[in-house]
Amino acid sequence: MELLEINTNVDARGLTCPMPIVRAAQAMKTLPSGALVEVLATDPGAPKDFAAWCRTTGNELLDQTSDGAVYRFVIRRK
Amino acid sequence: MTMTAERPSPAADPLAAAVSDAEAWPEPTARAEPGGSEKVTEMVIVNWSGELDRIWPTLILASAAAASGVRCRVFVTFWGLLPFVRDGVRITGDNWMQRMLSFMQRPGIDHLKLTKMNLIGMGPWMIGKLRRQYNIASPRELLAACEALGVEFIPCQMSMDMFGIRREDLIDGMGEPAGAATTIALMTKAEASLFI
Repeated sequence: MELLEINTNVDARGLTCPMPIVRAAQAMKTLPSGALVEVLATDPGAPKDFAAWCRTTGNELLDQTSDGAVYRFVIRRK
Repeated sequence: MTMTAERPSPAADPLAAAVSDAEAWPEPTARAEPGGSEKVTEMVIVNWSGELDRIWPTLILASAAAASGVRCRVFVTFWGLLPFVRDGVRITGDNWMQRMLSFMQRPGIDHLKLTKMNLIGMGPWMIGKLRRQYNIASPRELLAACEALGVEFIPCQMSMDMFGIRREDLIDGMGEPAGAATTIALMTKAEASLFI
């Protein structure tokens, strides 16, 4: 995966549903279309929730990785 | 042959499995209007209950909907009105019955009971302790998220009259009070409606 220029980071580690997507949505509101947001989350439901959230909002899930405890998502704003 | 032999093997990568799951879901309901502008998906929640274990899902779903770009309206009626009474307002109403009701059922977002296992306040105390232990957002925090994301709360005029709750007794940011016909109009137009 090529190196991506991240515009904003959202640290949602330790937060539970629905706060990771709430924080991500609040960050997205301040950014222009096409901006990249990196979200860190520890909620075990996060992979499913962020995939669904991107599908509903039309934002693009570019990359997702996990080190076992922390999930990292890179999302492009619609 | 055993039953388990016919089940597909679990995906090696749970992340990839989650994404493929989500991609198999139907398309979101947002659709193109003839004018060219995209229709915004709408959701209405009728919030009838005033208990912790029902206010919680109302506020979680409302904030998640708003965060997902869904226009969410919450019609706040009957017992559901009481958690939306502002801080510092303790006894509401003009006559003794209204005042006694508010005395027995303390209004406000921090004074919620459970529908089961309330145990004179033991249940909510334990839930509150677990909530903090697992860093789960409180109803107050979720309400703030809802407000920040533009969830519209519409108080029921009839319930306000019955409980003797005035607009100035309710939290800031509540919409114009309305009635059943308004809610029906909103619900029939919305893609999703819930009664909680």
